[in-house]
Amino acid sequence: MQTSHRLALRRRARRENLIGYAYMAPALLFFLGFVVFPMGMAIVTSLTDYSMDSFNFIGLANYARMLGDRVFGKAMANTVLIVAVSVPTVTLFSLWAASVVYRMGQRASSFFRIVFYMPVVTGTVAVTVVWKWMFSRYNGLLNYVLRALGIIGSNISWLGDEATAIWCIILILFTTSIGQPIVLYISALANVDASLVEAAQVDGASNFKVFWKIKWPQIMNTTLYILVITTINSFQIFALIQLLTSGGPNNATNTIMYNIYYHAFKLNEYGYGNAMGVVLALVIGLFSAAQFRLARAEQH
Amino acid sequence: MQTAVQRTSPYHVLAILLLVALSLLFLFPMYWILTGSVKDIQAVNAARPVWFPLAPTLDNYQRLFARPAMQWLWNTVFICLMAMLLTCAVASLAGYALARKNFRGRAFLFAMFISALALPKQVILIPLLKEMSFLRLHDTPWAVILPTVGWPFGVFLMKQFSENIPGSILEAARIDGAGEVMTFTRVVLPIIKPDIGALAIFTFITAWNDYFMQLIMLNSQAKLTISLGIAKLQTEMSNDFGLIMAGAALSAIPITAVFLLFQQFFTRGITMGAVKG
Repeated sequence: MQTSHRLALRRRARRENLIGYAYMAPALLFFLGFVVFPMGMAIVTSLTDYSMDSFNFIGLANYARMLGDRVFGKAMANTVLIVAVSVPTVTLFSLWAASVVYRMGQRASSFFRIVFYMPVVTGTVAVTVVWKWMFSRYNGLLNYVLRALGIIGSNISWLGDEATAIWCIILILFTTSIGQPIVLYISALANVDASLVEAAQVDGASNFKVFWKIKWPQIMNTTLYILVITTINSFQIFALIQLLTSGGPNNATNTIMYNIYYHAFKLNEYGYGNAMGVVLALVIGLFSAAQFRLARAEQH
Repeated sequence: MQTAVQRTSPYHVLAILLLVALSLLFLFPMYWILTGSVKDIQAVNAARPVWFPLAPTLDNYQRLFARPAMQWLWNTVFICLMAMLLTCAVASLAGYALARKNFRGRAFLFAMFISALALPKQVILIPLLKEMSFLRLHDTPWAVILPTVGWPFGVFLMKQFSENIPGSILEAARIDGAGEVMTFTRVVLPIIKPDIGALAIFTFITAWNDYFMQLIMLNSQAKLTISLGIAKLQTEMSNDFGLIMAGAALSAIPITAVFLLFQQFFTRGITMGAVKG
C-alpha cells in the first residue's frame, strides 16, 4: 500500500516534470542555442587568437593586450564618461518630467508619453541621420540658429571637433533614452499609495518632504530598474557612433562597443573582440550590482 | 484629480510650459525629416534654413524608390513579423509553465533567464555571426529572427503576466477533465491575450530598431532592412540629405503608425516588465 502510493506520487511528479519541460522546450531551444551557446563561445574564443586564418589557444594574452592598448583605454574612458553623464541626467530628467505629467488628465499624459517615446520608436538610424544634418558644418540648422542668436561667431564642425563630438553624441543618446524611464515613472508615481500622501499633507508636510519621505521610497524599485537599463544601454552605445563619427575624430568618440565592432569586423580579430566583449559584460555586471547595493542600502 | 487641480501652483504652470517647449524640441527631428524629404537640393543645402518647404517635390522619393527601398521595407516587415509571432508563441508557453507549473529545475531556469537579461546583448554578436555562418543562415532574415526569439525578455514578461491567471479557473478546468492542451488553448490563452498583445508590439518595435544585429547579419543589397538601407545611403551619398531624409521618413512612418495604433498595449508591456523586475 505504502509503496504503491509512493510509486503513484513519483509517477505524478515525473508527469509534471514532463509537462513542464514540454512547455519550456521551444524557449529553451532558442535560449540555449542563440544566447547561452554564443556566450560560452565568446568566453572560449576570448582565450584564442581567432581570426580569418588562425585559431590557437593563447591563454590570457588578449586580456593582457587590452591593458597596454591605448585605444582600448580611450574607448573605455569615453564609454564611462557617456555612462556617467547619461545615467543621472536621464534618470533625474525623467523623474522630473513624470512628476509633472502624472498629475495631468488621461489625454495630456498620453500625449507627453508619446512625444518623449517618439525618438525610440522612430529608430536610431532615422533619428541619427537627421541629427547628422542638423549638426552639419555648412548646411546644418544648429550653426545657423546659434549664429543668428549671436552665441557663436563662425560655424563649428560639431562632429568633427574632438572637444564637441562626444557631447553631441551624449545629447542624441539622451533624446533616445528618456522615453521608457518616463513611462515607467509615470506609472510608478500613479501607483503611490494616495492615503499616505494625504495623511502627510494633513499633517502639514511640505511637498518636498512628501516626495522625499513617502513617494521616493515607494518608487525605489522603479528607480533601480531605470538605473540598470539605462546603464546597460549607455554602455552598449554603438549605432550613434558608427553612423555619426566612426569613433573619430582621433578616437574622441570611440567606445568599447564600437572598438569591438572595429576589431572584429574591420580587422577580423574575433578573439580580441570577444575578450573586450567579456570585459564589457563584466564591467556592466559590476555597475548593475553596485547600483543594486546602493539602492537596497538606501531603502533601509 | 480634484485635489490635483486645487494644488496647481506657479511652479506647476512653469513646469508644464517647459515640458511643452521640450516636447516641441523632441518632435522637431521628425518634422525636419518629413519636410527635408520633400525639399529640393537648393532648399536642403541653403545656408539659411528653409523652415517650411513652399515648393515641395517628390524628387527625393523618386530617387529613393529607384533603389530597392520597397524590398528593404518588406524585408524589415518580414523579420519583425516572424520574430513577433515566434516570440509570442515560445514565450507564452514558457511563461505559463514558469508561473503555473511545478517541475524540477523551474527556479534554476528562471534565474538563468533573468541573469541573461542583464547581459549586454551585443557582446554575443560575434559568436552569433559565426554560428549563423555555420548554420548557413548568414545573410538571410533568419539570422536576425532566431536570436531575437532567443532573447529571454519575452519569457520573463509572460511569466509575470501568467501569475495573474486565477488559480481557481485552472483548478476548475482540471476538475472538468480538461487536458493540458485544452486548458492552455481554451482557458489560459484567452486570459493572457492582451498580454500577448503587449509582447507582440514590443517585439515588433524592438526588432525594427535592432540596427546592430541587422548590420552584422545582413549584407547583400537585396537582403538589407530599411535601417541598413538608410545607413548605406548615408555612407554612399553622405551630403544628399534630401534623399537620406526620404529614406528616414520611409523607415519612421510605418513604425510610428504601428506604435500609435497599439500604444496602450505597448505601455502595458514596458511597465509590466519593470514592476516586478
